[in-house]
Amino acid sequence: MVPEAGLEIDRVSKRYGDVVALSDMTFDVRPGELFGFVGSNGAGKTTTMRIALGVLEADSGAVRWAGEPTTLSSRRRFGYMPEERGLYPKMKVLDQLIYLAKLHGMPANDAHRAADDWIVRLGLRERRLDEVQKLSLGNQQRVQLAAALVHDPEVLVLDEPFSGLDPVAVDVMSQVLKEKSAAGIPVVFSSHQLDLVQRLCDRVGIVNKGRMVACDTVDALRSAGASELHVHAPAAPPGWAAGIAGVTVVSEQDGHTSLRVGDGVDDQVILRAALDTGPVHEFSRHRPSLADLFRDVVKEGR
Amino acid sequence: MSAELKPAQAVFLVAGRELNTKLRTRSFVISTIVSVVVLAAFVLLQSSTFDEGSRSRVGLSGQATALGPDIVESAKQIGHQVAIVDIADPAQGEQQVKDNDLDALVTGPVGSLQVTVKDKLNTELRNTLNGLMRQQILTSELSQTELDPKEVLATAAAAQVKVTELEPRGDDQGQRLAIGLIVAFLLYMALMIYGQMVAQGVVEEKSSRVVEILLATVRPWQLLAGKVLGLGLVGLIQFAVITAVGLVAGLATGALTLSGAAIGGVLAGVFWYLIGFFFYATIFAALGSLVSRQEDTQSVLTPVTMVIVVGFIFAINLLISNSDSTLTMVMAILPPFAPILMPGLTALGLAPIWLQAVAILLSFGGIALVAWLGGRIYRNAVLRTGSRVKLREAVSS
Repeated sequence: MVPEAGLEIDRVSKRYGDVVALSDMTFDVRPGELFGFVGSNGAGKTTTMRIALGVLEADSGAVRWAGEPTTLSSRRRFGYMPEERGLYPKMKVLDQLIYLAKLHGMPANDAHRAADDWIVRLGLRERRLDEVQKLSLGNQQRVQLAAALVHDPEVLVLDEPFSGLDPVAVDVMSQVLKEKSAAGIPVVFSSHQLDLVQRLCDRVGIVNKGRMVACDTVDALRSAGASELHVHAPAAPPGWAAGIAGVTVVSEQDGHTSLRVGDGVDDQVILRAALDTGPVHEFSRHRPSLADLFRDVVKEGR
Repeated sequence: MSAELKPAQAVFLVAGRELNTKLRTRSFVISTIVSVVVLAAFVLLQSSTFDEGSRSRVGLSGQATALGPDIVESAKQIGHQVAIVDIADPAQGEQQVKDNDLDALVTGPVGSLQVTVKDKLNTELRNTLNGLMRQQILTSELSQTELDPKEVLATAAAAQVKVTELEPRGDDQGQRLAIGLIVAFLLYMALMIYGQMVAQGVVEEKSSRVVEILLATVRPWQLLAGKVLGLGLVGLIQFAVITAVGLVAGLATGALTLSGAAIGGVLAGVFWYLIGFFFYATIFAALGSLVSRQEDTQSVLTPVTMVIVVGFIFAINLLISNSDSTLTMVMAILPPFAPILMPGLTALGLAPIWLQAVAILLSFGGIALVAWLGGRIYRNAVLRTGSRVKLREAVSS
């Protein structure tokens, strides 16, 4: 079966006066896919998400869901967690969730049931009649997640869902996201915790300065990136590898040397050079982590 | 599966939340009770001051004691109530006048009465006493002639000037004035309290960032309309409770009679409250959306609250001076002032139908204008957190 179209962001651009926030931002999140959205602060992640939710208007470009341009009523089926967490501080947890469910178009009975379900699932049963402002920060985050999920959304867009969570809450959040995507829902979230993104996501998009600069599966991105050679030669003098053609020294300390090797450079030449300095205890190739890739992207863009 | 949410449903949902949360707050209950108490006190005070002008305690001493029943009777004819106290010792009576126990002490022979008062003899009492004294003198003079003094006096007493009223205004002028004042005051309070509550609500949503979730599900105008509608109803409920208590208190103390004027005044009050509220609340909401912190709300609202204050002061002066000048008429049809001025003018019977019609039409126009402009400002400013958004930017962007 051909997977139906998911959430498509198609050449979306947005300017604030002279500042370009997004230029031709393009990516798609397929049904059942967990998509990680990565980029430094101000790269345009939040703007993209706000546009996807219709909170902001794009200057040009389109947002489509299941092949159709989104409208207010199709966006009501989206679940959204804004970067700036927001709930009514003086409203009770239960009332708040019911109200939000109704705003998403749920009939009153379903709204009550769904709010109760999520309160129990996220361990907020004892807090259901408390005002949100009286909850601990962690519990407020849980309510925020419940607010994004209470109307049983067909698309999930979460801006920094892991920020400020304790390790237990991180696990709960990861679990919920995995479940939702396993249920066939496109899930997109942004995060600065790249190890988490690397572990959770099927595909990752790296944004820099309002553009999508890399978008693929984590494996593909890591394989495509320049790999690093790690050499442990205790007797090697500093600068031993600097003279080898096509090699850049990334770091050098106590005989541990990290090298970036250009395409077409024979790594055996490097090994021989290392052996010339004395014994070699380690000689290994490392694929770059997502964090490395991200750093490269940001550096190149600068 | 969620059903389609129609725009009206979205507006009612938002309004329902406002109604639910505000009616249940302690501040609503307390402010209603305080307003009721203040109003009841005002009505009681009003009724007692109305009476104070037409009731006097008069001490009589010596020969004047015989005049007691005559004073009471003739004062009553000009609508003045007099209580008579017999005073044995004039010096003691003077002391009572000084202590405000007596309004006046009357001594001396009936033909040349002496009146002792603290500062000023009130006009009704002066007229009464003068009339009585003249009558006494007349009686004694006439008894020395052939004529029967009683007959002469009866003829004289029956004679009355014929009064032609060019612009009769009914005899409930005082009551109309009181209604006008109370309605103007309540409107002023309602606009101030609930108008600002709308602004605070907007800032609360903005500062707590919940507005971003809301705007992912409803359009800005729906959120704005729901808020204005919901808080307008909260204000109306409070207004109704206070008015009901005011009417009951007024009727019970006799300060008010259930006349066409009273009912008309209340209905005009409710009608203009709604118009004034939609006008000002939309402006307040739009201005509120410019700031991100509750502390900044007041400064951004001040120009508008000044307009309301000016309108209120003008309305009070107008009602008291009973003016129907051109300036009043012009002010009364301008949308910013009409809601505060028109109920008073209507209560006083100074607003002809054409004036009311013009004021209502202009107000509807005014509401349409602020709804359009306010919606625009709100939409552009409500997501821009941080420093205060410039009004010009919010309108133009």
